[in-house]
Amino acid sequence: MTLLSVKNLRVTFDTEAGKVEAVRGVSFSLGRERLGIVGESGSGKTMTGRSVLRLIRPPGRIEAEEMRFDGIDLMAASERQMRALRGQRIAMVMQDPKYSLNPVMKIGAQLTEGLRLRDGMSAKAARLKAIEALEAVQIRGPERVMEAYPHELSGGMGQRVMIAMMLIPNPDLLIADEPTSALDVTVQAEVLSILDGLVRDRGMGLIFISHDLRLVGRFCDRVLVMYKGRVVEELEAKNLMNATHPYTQGLLNCLPRIGGNRSPLPGLDRAAEWAE
Amino acid sequence: MTVVPDTPAPPFRLPRPIRLIGGTALSLAITILGLLLVTFIIGRVVPIDPVLAIIGERATTEQYEATRIALGLDEPMWKQFAIYVGDAVQGDLGQSLRTRREVSEDIIRYFPATLELATIATLFGVLVGVPAGVLAATRPGTWVDQIVRIVGLMGYSMPVFWLGLLALLIFYGILGWVGGPGRLDAGFSMMFELDVPQRTGMILIDTALAGEWAMFRNALSHIVLPSAVLGYTSMAYISRMTRSFMMNELGQEYITTARVKGMPEWRVVWVHALKNVMVPLITVIALSYAYLLEGSVLTETIFAWPGLGSYITDALFAADMPAVLGGTVVVGVVFVTLNMASDLLYRLVDPRAR
Repeated sequence: MTLLSVKNLRVTFDTEAGKVEAVRGVSFSLGRERLGIVGESGSGKTMTGRSVLRLIRPPGRIEAEEMRFDGIDLMAASERQMRALRGQRIAMVMQDPKYSLNPVMKIGAQLTEGLRLRDGMSAKAARLKAIEALEAVQIRGPERVMEAYPHELSGGMGQRVMIAMMLIPNPDLLIADEPTSALDVTVQAEVLSILDGLVRDRGMGLIFISHDLRLVGRFCDRVLVMYKGRVVEELEAKNLMNATHPYTQGLLNCLPRIGGNRSPLPGLDRAAEWAE
Repeated sequence: MTVVPDTPAPPFRLPRPIRLIGGTALSLAITILGLLLVTFIIGRVVPIDPVLAIIGERATTEQYEATRIALGLDEPMWKQFAIYVGDAVQGDLGQSLRTRREVSEDIIRYFPATLELATIATLFGVLVGVPAGVLAATRPGTWVDQIVRIVGLMGYSMPVFWLGLLALLIFYGILGWVGGPGRLDAGFSMMFELDVPQRTGMILIDTALAGEWAMFRNALSHIVLPSAVLGYTSMAYISRMTRSFMMNELGQEYITTARVKGMPEWRVVWVHALKNVMVPLITVIALSYAYLLEGSVLTETIFAWPGLGSYITDALFAADMPAVLGGTVVVGVVFVTLNMASDLLYRLVDPRAR
């Protein structure tokens, strides 16, 4: 069953220096599965994720032949309909909790505002639900964290709070935009396994955006490889090692391997014709 | 033989709020001491003989010497400074040569007028400037933004005396909507001096406390124009700063988070972003308030407003050094205190600064 289908998505920025096309005709569809989007910085993967939520700020513009979420035409939806979707059914975890949490609001207030404002829940009920959500991401002492400000939390804690906040309304689709890139390596695995468990248990769709091809290969069912705003290859994660496109192979080969030889790593080829 | 090292006792520390207020009070004291030093030195350096200024030029040498000793001018410099600081701390800023009253007494008469005017002007500046800045920031490039920009630019660039005269001409002279120069109509002015207990020296507050509502309305009609003229300038500044702070905050990632959560736009802007904008804005507002509290000479002159600015200027023209320096000390203390207050307030708004 298709949860999300995107056909020929384009994101264009009209700047003073002319048009910049961040995403140029991306198509994919997604069921309740895990889709990885991989590419270098500037390949358009983040813009693709944000387009689904229609959260591209002007002067950015979104165009698509079709963008449907569970039968709802996202291109034709009113801002009010989009807000209802954003709060309830599509959520997003961003890269760095240092910037993605409001620095002057207590964690508790940030976790409960959706429940209180949209669902009209009482302060007490919302608080209980938020504490439950914090426990689900394995935070010890959730009552204490509720009273904390974002700068008082470590990166790993902050990202778990972010995941808890986004999963409170039990969305159908979660977009995770480099959710572990800003974290220490030891914490990365922990946060990933929490995310993995929650997504699996609740059977939601996941778009996992990353520049780490191997990580995505382990974590997702299917992978889109993006280059300069286009999808250059789409393949099953288990077939990753048999990737045919030279850019994908380049991404695979430019990572060091423990115990591998120590000759200089090959640079990444960027042939202009792949972007055509 | 082994030596057992003494474990040092944990250093004694006062509770945090006490340390904070104590530290603030200490730096306040040091700053004010420095301020007194500067005014003291200015008082000794200016080519005005304080003795001659009191006794006049035709006094005898004996009278001159007697007055000099009475003023303590034969003492060594450090002792003179110590006496000066001691007097200032007790509220004794010397006697005005022009009014023949204690300078502190004069300031108690004049400062409330400035305080009243500056407070209302700042309220106006904040209540209009902040929303205007927010509206402009959320609609960059639209006609709303342009209007806020042009109105703000006029506030910057129009000389306040010209604006004041124009406002008086239109709203008082032609339209007659507001009261003219002065704090009250002449009739009320006498009644205020005689009948109303002057608890604060601010007419609006004193008349309200006394229940003199006719007088209150009259005072209000007099203060509207000068405070709007002053407030316009600070509104221009505050709205520009709000706009740029808000633009910056709206580009932050936590704003995207709030939108992802499905928060309505008003909440994203007026709660999530504005809370962060308030952090730098507090300093901006405090500084523009402090600037107005120094007493705006031009505005006070045009509106015949008996405030601190015109008091110091008049004293300056009369070579009345005790009054000038006393006024300067008060302005300095007000400035430093407001700065400290904004520092403390800053900590209240920004948890990272605590």
